[in-house]
Amino acid sequence: MKISTSDVNIMPAMDKTIVSCSTEISNPMDEYEKPGFKLCYYVDRFIQTDSGFIPVIKSKLETKDLFSTFYVRCGINRYKYTVAPGLYGIGKPDKNSEVLVTANFKLTFDHLRKELDDINAWILVLDTKGINVWCAAGKGTFSTRELVNRIKNCTLEKIVDHKRVIVPQLGATGVSARDVKEQSGFRVVYGPIRAGDIPAFLKNNRKADKNMRQVTFTLYERFILTPVEIQTILKLALITALFLLVISGFGPDIFSFSKAWERGIVSVFALMAGIFSGAFVTPVLLPFIPPREFALKGIITGSIFAIPLITIISFAISSFAGLLALFLFSVTISSYLAMNFTGATPFTSPSGVEKEMKRYIPVQLTSLVISSGLWIYSAF
Amino acid sequence: MENLKYLDDVSTLVLNEEKCIGCSLCTEVCPQAVFEMKQNKAHIVDFNACMECGACVNNCPSEAISVNPGVG
Repeated sequence: MKISTSDVNIMPAMDKTIVSCSTEISNPMDEYEKPGFKLCYYVDRFIQTDSGFIPVIKSKLETKDLFSTFYVRCGINRYKYTVAPGLYGIGKPDKNSEVLVTANFKLTFDHLRKELDDINAWILVLDTKGINVWCAAGKGTFSTRELVNRIKNCTLEKIVDHKRVIVPQLGATGVSARDVKEQSGFRVVYGPIRAGDIPAFLKNNRKADKNMRQVTFTLYERFILTPVEIQTILKLALITALFLLVISGFGPDIFSFSKAWERGIVSVFALMAGIFSGAFVTPVLLPFIPPREFALKGIITGSIFAIPLITIISFAISSFAGLLALFLFSVTISSYLAMNFTGATPFTSPSGVEKEMKRYIPVQLTSLVISSGLWIYSAF
Repeated sequence: MENLKYLDDVSTLVLNEEKCIGCSLCTEVCPQAVFEMKQNKAHIVDFNACMECGACVNNCPSEAISVNPGVG
C-alpha cells in the first residue's frame, strides 16, 4: 500500500510555526525556571530577601482557580488540592510587613490571597496535608511544632524586623501562643476567623472586634457543604440501591426478576428521598427545624418528604406493610445522614454528638431491621 | 449563632477561676464567645455554646481551663 501526500497539505500551519519560532518571546519568569520544577501560575514574581528568593503571589483569582474551587466543593480531588508549604509574599512586602500564617489547602490559600488586594504581607503556609486551618488544628497538623519548624526553616528573623506572627483564631485549637514564643521567639497574635476581616483587623492595629471572633453558619455556608456530603455517601448509596433491588425480588416465587425491578425501583425512590432530605434539606434548613438533636431533625424532614412520596407509591403498591416499610426506611436514612452532618458544623460538641449517637443509632438500626422485615413480608 | 444551639449540659468544659491570672486570651480564641472578663477574671457566660474545640485550654497560661474534646 502506498500513501501519497504529494498533493495534500497535511500541515497547513507549518509555515506560520516556523515564523513564530524565530521570533523571541521574552518571559520575565524564565530566569526562575529550574530543571525538574514547575512555576506555579499564582506566582506573580520573585523578590530577593536576606533569606533568598521568595515567591510573590497574585491576589486576583483566575478562572482556573474558580473551576478548581467548584470541583473541590463537589468533593473531586479534594485531598490532593494543596500548595507547597513555606513562605510567600503578597503585594510589596518588606521588613516591617506582617506575617500571616495559613494552611496549605489551596481553597484556604485562595480564600486568603483574594482578600489581600491592597495589603503588603508575608504568608507563612504550614504543611497541613491539604486540610483547612480549623480541621487541621483539631487533628494536630496545624500545630505549635509545625509553626515553630516553619519559622526556623524559612529563617523568618532574617525576613522581618519584628517578632510577631498572625495566626488565624481557629488555629488556636492546635497552637499554644506561649509555646511558640518560647520555642521560636515569635509572639502569636490571633487574627480574625474570616480572611475577609484581615484588612480591617490590620487597620485597627491588630485588634479584632467581637464579630470577627465568632463563627457563623449562614444559609450559604451550610449550602456550600452539601455537595461534599452527598458525594461522600454516593458509593454507599449505590451499594444500598443494589441491595434493595435484590431484596425486592424475594417473594412467593423465591426470587423474581420482574418483582426485583418493579419493587426495587420504588424502594430506590424511598432511598433517594431519604438522602435528599438528610444530606441536603436538613443541613440547609438546619436552624428552622425545631429539635436540637440532628437525628430528630432528620426524622422530621424525612417524614415531610416521605408522606407525599408514599402517597404516590400507594398507587403502585397496595400493601400497607410495604408502604410502612418504605416510610420507615426513607425516614431512617434521612435521620442517619442528618446526624452525620454534626461532623461538618461549627457548633456541635463531641460530647453532644456522642450522647446523640448513643440514643439514636439503636433507634435507626431497629427501624432499619423492621422496615426490611416488613418489605420482604409485604411481597408474600 | 443565636439560633444554632446544640445539646445543653453536655460540654466537659471546666474553668477554675482561682487559677485564672486574667490574661483574657480565652475570650480571644473562643469562637463561640463562651467567656467574658469580669473584674480581671475569666467567667463562663455561655456554657452551652461550648463545642469543646480546646482552643482555650491550649492557650491558657495558668492551666485554669480543662476540656475533654474527644476525637470529633
